[in-house]
Amino acid sequence: MRRFVAVGLWLSAAAAFPAAASALPFWLKLPEGVSTYSGRIDGIFRLILWITGIIFVVVEVLLVTFLIRYRYREGRRPRYTHGSNRVEVVWTIVPAVICVVLALLSRATWADIKQHLPKEGVQIEVTAEQFAWNIRYAGPDNKFGTADDVLTLNQLHFPVGQPVIVTLQSKDVIHSFFLPEFRVKQDAVPGLPSRIWFEGTRTGHWEIACAELCGLGHYRMKGFVTVETPEEFGKWLADQAAQAAAEAAPAAAAPAAAPPAAPAAQEEKKS
Amino acid sequence: MFQRTLVLLLAGAAATTLLACGGGKEEDTLEKEEAAAPASAPASAAAPAAAPAAAAAAPAAGSATLTGKVTFTGSAPAKEAIKMDADAYCKAAHSGPVYTQEVEVNGNGTLKDVFVYVKEGVTGTYPAPTTPVVIDQQGCQYHPHVFGIQAGQPLKIVNSDGTLHNIHALPKQNAEFNIGQPFKGMETIKKFDKPEVPVRFKCDVHKWMGAYAGVLNHPFFAVTNDQGTFEIKNLPPGTYVIEAWQEKYGPQTQTVTISGSESKTVDFSFKG
Amino acid sequence: MSTSTVAVAHELAPGVHPAPTSFWRKYIFSLDHKVIGKQYMFYALFMLVIGGLLATLVRYQLAWPGRPLAFMGKLAPEGMPGGQMLPEFYNSLFTMHATIMIFFAIMPILIGAFGNFVVPIQIGARDMAFPTLNMLSFWTAVPAAVIIIWSFFVTGGAAQGGWTSYAPLSAILPKGQTLWLLSLGILGISSLLTSVNFITTIINMRAPGMTFFRLPLTVWALFITAVLLLLALPVLTGAMIMLLFDRVLGTTFFLPKGLIVSGQPWTNAGGGQPLLWQHLFWFFGHPEVYIMILPAMGITSEILPVFSRKPIFGYRAMAYSIMGIAGLGFIVWGHHMFQSGMNPYLGTTFMISTMVIAVPSAIKTFNWLGTLWGGNIRFTTPMLHALSFVSMFVIGGLSGIFMAATPVDIFIHDTYFIVGHIHYVLFGGSLFGAFAGLYFWYPKMFGRLMSERWGKIHWAITFVTFNLVFFPMHFLGMRGMQRRIYDYTQYTHLKGLQPMNQFMTISLFVLGIAQIILVFNFFLSMRRGKLAGANPWHANTLEWQTTSPPPHENFTGALPVVYRGPYEFSAPDHAEDYWPQNEPPSGVGQRPAGAHAH
Repeated sequence: MRRFVAVGLWLSAAAAFPAAASALPFWLKLPEGVSTYSGRIDGIFRLILWITGIIFVVVEVLLVTFLIRYRYREGRRPRYTHGSNRVEVVWTIVPAVICVVLALLSRATWADIKQHLPKEGVQIEVTAEQFAWNIRYAGPDNKFGTADDVLTLNQLHFPVGQPVIVTLQSKDVIHSFFLPEFRVKQDAVPGLPSRIWFEGTRTGHWEIACAELCGLGHYRMKGFVTVETPEEFGKWLADQAAQAAAEAAPAAAAPAAAPPAAPAAQEEKKS
Repeated sequence: MFQRTLVLLLAGAAATTLLACGGGKEEDTLEKEEAAAPASAPASAAAPAAAPAAAAAAPAAGSATLTGKVTFTGSAPAKEAIKMDADAYCKAAHSGPVYTQEVEVNGNGTLKDVFVYVKEGVTGTYPAPTTPVVIDQQGCQYHPHVFGIQAGQPLKIVNSDGTLHNIHALPKQNAEFNIGQPFKGMETIKKFDKPEVPVRFKCDVHKWMGAYAGVLNHPFFAVTNDQGTFEIKNLPPGTYVIEAWQEKYGPQTQTVTISGSESKTVDFSFKG
Repeated sequence: MSTSTVAVAHELAPGVHPAPTSFWRKYIFSLDHKVIGKQYMFYALFMLVIGGLLATLVRYQLAWPGRPLAFMGKLAPEGMPGGQMLPEFYNSLFTMHATIMIFFAIMPILIGAFGNFVVPIQIGARDMAFPTLNMLSFWTAVPAAVIIIWSFFVTGGAAQGGWTSYAPLSAILPKGQTLWLLSLGILGISSLLTSVNFITTIINMRAPGMTFFRLPLTVWALFITAVLLLLALPVLTGAMIMLLFDRVLGTTFFLPKGLIVSGQPWTNAGGGQPLLWQHLFWFFGHPEVYIMILPAMGITSEILPVFSRKPIFGYRAMAYSIMGIAGLGFIVWGHHMFQSGMNPYLGTTFMISTMVIAVPSAIKTFNWLGTLWGGNIRFTTPMLHALSFVSMFVIGGLSGIFMAATPVDIFIHDTYFIVGHIHYVLFGGSLFGAFAGLYFWYPKMFGRLMSERWGKIHWAITFVTFNLVFFPMHFLGMRGMQRRIYDYTQYTHLKGLQPMNQFMTISLFVLGIAQIILVFNFFLSMRRGKLAGANPWHANTLEWQTTSPPPHENFTGALPVVYRGPYEFSAPDHAEDYWPQNEPPSGVGQRPAGAHAH
């Protein structure tokens, strides 16, 4: 019990003081946040950690105190009471208020992340399948579903400082597109494309994880994220487009990463 | 009361154990069928002994040889580079770009990896060899890419890569299987029960990985080499329908009649 | 007046059946709720061991991914060739661990075992309302267990879709999944029969004077649990039948158009909706969590007053909060689906209802503290487990607030944070509650007390190692480690978590070994334990006012008459510090024969 009090105190203190937080072992910290809204999510996380941490400490300290203070003593007459409406009302209302306030605080952040898509941004289509991420860029003509689309397998590139709008879908089972450092997670559901957005705040390399059980290869349905400067990104995209154009001269040989309806026919022919 | 309850408990546990073991036994037999193969190296000593008996029922093994060449005309489809960067391990396994193997045109204008086999005309039974056919997953590609195997012959699936491969067989007549091999050096033995050409293999983790097997109940098959040639040996006399199957261009057939121990040549030509 | 009531009640008491004489009728196909309760207990404890062993294998793989385990190569050559675990076998392991623990261990021990054994005696009835139905419920649960264990041995192995069995994955997996659906479908019928039986029994068969607000809180909890089962379970059973049809009959309830599996069009696909499964599953699944925790809350509320020698603090608030949890439990299911592609506007709705459901749990926690306040607390084994329930449930409850907040859930959804949360609720909560009930009612069930000393050793090791295993899961989740993942070291950002995983696994080994103490204590005490007498804990509820174990029809002679609430401890106007529910107030009638014998 005491150990928990200690850990709880430690955690709350850690959340409170950035200086102390940086001294913590890595596993007591959230991973670095590199999207524009990761800070907001982490802020609510810390707020809840504070509130629940305090409640936790208070409850456990009271519990341990009562256990020590009121341990069995020969002949002691326990307090005969059936409760008190007044205190019960207090400890009904206080948690209710805390919870509702937390819900209201979370609401705006949730809406900004999941409900309001930015009007402009880099458009990317991500199609999940057992066990890979098919990533599609519109290519030079800025239109999806044309011959000059750029397709990659498990390689997600996007420019820093610009909103990215991902249209997420799945060919087979449910997958979940998880970018831990960007605090992005959205299930990819077959037959139900969903659109999400995020914006990177610095360049670097990270990984895409699958967060929804999708079969035997679930654990390594891993992709790679490269966040580049807009110039680097533009160059990369142009290179990819040039390469694709060179290969796609006979259009029939296009790989099977098109939106679900198209490859269906193609794959059928092949097999 | 309590002793009785204890007796009840023990009886229940015993019953459950029996049930579990019953299931276990069934598992064992299933297991043996499939796991027999790794142990079948010693078992193969017994198998040849059985083979002559089977052969006695079958027509005597012939001595004719069928050879041929598969040529390619027209323009080959553009080579497509495999996106090996989807898996860092695969990328590191190759120094340069690797291309898809759908159509492999040799330098002399012939086609590699065409499966040539006797489709019709074989009589008698040919027991399946106990030596396994090996398919290796190396550098995130299958080796071999096209191969023949007899129904009932063990297929040894080897992972020589330090990354997960799942080998997903997609037959239409035989039982489908899909197994993961997460670590380097893992081996699994599988079998096909019925003849079927072709059986496609696929890795869902690296979706460019594909291989094809021709499953037959006789040993008269071959795959063209990097000279575009093939050779089918020990054919008994008879009239046969020979098929050449290519994964992109499909099958072609020719009929050939063989008598005695002659050597015949059958050539095929695919057009791009 | 009271004597005539008793006589009438006795004559009309339904569910009374002649005492059986043959071995089969007495111990195997018994109609006696006490025997059925014990049968459920052995059933649940046996499955608990299996579920625990599966968890050990899961944790072994997480600590040392891919390290061979030679003996497993022989036991499960298909799933662990050469002792090296395959990912598909790992998926089977955690699927079956959760399925077995939830449906075959925790539910049967809390509802089947304690519910059956305790409820009729606590309300002063001779048996359940429908004794034959009760027997059938148990014997329907047995084939379900046989099928689920058997599914390990079929081609392709046991179910691999997780206990949530999300479609379309669950529609395309090998045939173990079909057996999983069959088994749980059969078990669903069993639970449904039980719930009808409980509801009828509690409404109709209470002893004279046993008003609803004199019911022990265990009975309240099981009553509401039965109502939850009755309303939620048919939804799951219906969904399972639909999924079964999708698998075997070619329907497409959950399979949308254009499904391409492994590069090939799936033959029966079109028109279905994968999220429909999730809605149906969680409409059952969230009440299910309360089905597993409410009985444990009831048991805790039963034990805390007994060993604090004080009335429960806020009896009515406790009863109302159970009802509140049950009501709200039906409008929070969407909080499992915040990231599922469900319309994000619904996320806010479900977040608010989820936040509200935290309130009744908070009330209960504070009332438990209030019960301890000013008491005279004895640290018996049942009490230690009940206290563990309170302190661990607090962690499980508070960690739930993180995922209730939709933005935080974006990050921690489907990570080990969730796994940590659910284990604090189901192990720290339900299982500690079950252990508390086991130590508490064991003397009533078997007439002898379990060893207090070994009980305390078992408790201490379990409590400490439980926290060592499950608390770090929150840290894993905070680092982004997904749940249901065979080898997290594949990810650069998770590689560093291996030492922590090894620590957790080693702690689990100790936790597992400590349970051997419980097994020995359980069986040896049947012979060697101290004789309990009727009321070893000096408790008030009716089960303690009859012999241990109780006779065939629970009470010799007339049924008890109830005069007061269940937790009248240390009443100032009473000489003794406990006051049985059926003890007549001075000057009222005669004490019913055979009752209050100690």
